[in-house]
Amino acid sequence: MKTRDAFDLATRNLRESLLRNALTTLGIAVGVASLVAMLSLGIGLQSMFNRRLLRAGLFDTVVVTAQRDFRPFRHGEPPATSPVRTLDDAARRQIAALPDVIEVTPDVRFPAEARFAQQSEFTTVAGVPPSAAPDEAFEGLQGRFFTSPSAGEAILLADFARRLSPSNPAALIGQELILTYAERQSGDSNAASSADDSADDDLDSALGFSFGDEIGEDSAPGINIVRRERRLRITGIAAREPFGGFRGGPRSGLLVPLSVAESLNAIDTTDLRSLSSSDPLAGRSYSSLRVRAARATAVEALEERLRQLRFGTFSLMDATRNLQRVFRILDLFLLIFGSLALAVAALGIVNTLVMAILERRREIGIMKAIGASDRDVKRLFFAEAAAMGVAGGLLGVVLGWLIGRAINFGTTLYLQSQQLPAEDIWLVPWWLVLGAVVFAILVTLVSGLYPATRAAQLDPVEALRFQ
Amino acid sequence: MALAPLGAAPTVMTSAVVPAIRAQGLCRHYPMGNSLICAVEDVALEVATGEFAALLGSSGSGKSTLLNLVAGLDRPTAGSISVFGHDLASLNSEALARHRRQTVGIVFQAFNLIGSMTVLENVELPLRFNEVERGERRQRALTALERVGLADRLEHRPSQLSGGEQQRVSLARAIVNRPALLLADEPTGNLDTATGESIMLLLRELNQSLAVTVLMVTHERPLADRFATRLLHMADGRLRPEVRA
Repeated sequence: MKTRDAFDLATRNLRESLLRNALTTLGIAVGVASLVAMLSLGIGLQSMFNRRLLRAGLFDTVVVTAQRDFRPFRHGEPPATSPVRTLDDAARRQIAALPDVIEVTPDVRFPAEARFAQQSEFTTVAGVPPSAAPDEAFEGLQGRFFTSPSAGEAILLADFARRLSPSNPAALIGQELILTYAERQSGDSNAASSADDSADDDLDSALGFSFGDEIGEDSAPGINIVRRERRLRITGIAAREPFGGFRGGPRSGLLVPLSVAESLNAIDTTDLRSLSSSDPLAGRSYSSLRVRAARATAVEALEERLRQLRFGTFSLMDATRNLQRVFRILDLFLLIFGSLALAVAALGIVNTLVMAILERRREIGIMKAIGASDRDVKRLFFAEAAAMGVAGGLLGVVLGWLIGRAINFGTTLYLQSQQLPAEDIWLVPWWLVLGAVVFAILVTLVSGLYPATRAAQLDPVEALRFQ
Repeated sequence: MALAPLGAAPTVMTSAVVPAIRAQGLCRHYPMGNSLICAVEDVALEVATGEFAALLGSSGSGKSTLLNLVAGLDRPTAGSISVFGHDLASLNSEALARHRRQTVGIVFQAFNLIGSMTVLENVELPLRFNEVERGERRQRALTALERVGLADRLEHRPSQLSGGEQQRVSLARAIVNRPALLLADEPTGNLDTATGESIMLLLRELNQSLAVTVLMVTHERPLADRFATRLLHMADGRLRPEVRA
């Protein structure tokens, strides 16, 4: 018998016991739906986390530090004997020239006093590169991001905004604050002005300290510290700092554009460290640089190259790798739980087909008497199982998709009620749709194996005697 | 009754020297509990091509078992049975199915039509198993149904037909694959006399016009006397000495 004829006969047989076969098919559909729903949830959650981690810059970022990389030591190997290189501008340029590097930004972070109305508070100021704009920290930003990379603007962290204006922090947006900080002037220059500062923004230099030349015995070189003030317009209030706390150092309360932070030339802990070094005039150095790779897959090689250049590095690739493993295990568990329903449905198929054999015993006998081979009978029952599998698989995918839509709808409603941004935690990729249907057919065919073999082995003489 | 032509001749090569059926020392035993039932015991038989043989005997004499062995529905316990020179005992189940599909056509007492199928679908079914193309399948089924006078009942279900009509459908189904041997197991057993006779006329017509060999099991002696060219008697699983009709 041709396959087409087998399916033709199978569908007409299925129509004969419509209710029973429809219920069996529905069982498969529910099984497939549960499988699709479970896996889609796993895939959706994984995709959501990946999205968030990518936006948080965790996947594609290497933090280069001026500290020794202690990892080999921890693994029982002797620590590197060569000294770690200073993170100065030359190092920054060298790193930026490496392949797969798309951005190198320094971590500029300095203590300052912010004054608004009669309130003044000490905090740490951090520079934010323009590439941080899509960071999830600015997702629920009140107000807006900086208008340009060099704008004299500030974004306050919510906690700090509350300290500045306890009664109505939101009213700070659009207002100006005055930032008082200590400017670093290298060499023996006692000039009061900084080349980068404009006369309008530069309020005064009321007090200056000079280190090095006064302290040194033989006119040793040093740096000058000058107190300065700068007006900044508040453009927004953010809930969190960008880069998810990926870098060390004190938490900041005020964010300014990175180029502004750099131009202020404010003194930070690195400067104090360099004072005690042998060459305090060696120039500006950074505590850490944030290096963004073109792809997350390039991070490992980039880290290796940076280590060869004697820089200390740190990335969260290992942590994310563990996260991927956790998701694989989660998917596996969801697959097992989803498959349980399909296993129950498979038993339903076996039951339905065994019942069909009992009922159609005589019919099988007739078919054999008029020329059907064992293979024909087997193929016929397989075709019936496959037809139920195809119908159940397709129906199950649609059902699973609807369940997912309902879950997404429900979570969106809930998140909105909690004033949180909507999030799709459920995702059905095309391969899952195809895989679920193919899996359903495979499961039904395996389920049909026993009944089909049993039907094929029926003795025609015995079967014809059956009433 | 006007009979339409069936089409091409049977596909099985027949020859005057090769008998349609030949059995030697044929036995079919069934175990039943601790005892052994000898349904067919040491049967030697030869039916020539084109013969219309009637197998007579009381209930339980083994005639249906013998018919099943010739049909390839059952396998002998001992001895040999060959149809048109093919030893059925040596065939595997696939070849035996081909034998049932292409060499023999079977008519049952209980008609054995599939109730969920229409008349046309029932007659087309053996052609499906024989992998005949859809268009040709319909044409051949129509020809067979015309031959038994049921061309106007194509879309009816068996339950909508009389017993005689059902047996005609069964006959059309049996000849649709153009078999060389027609086996009939009590074909008139469930029919009244007049209807039974019309079926017998059809069988004879097929036997004569298409040179189809017929082996009919019956316990109605008068019908056998009238239509068969040869009478075979069975009792207790054995064939009795023959009497020419």
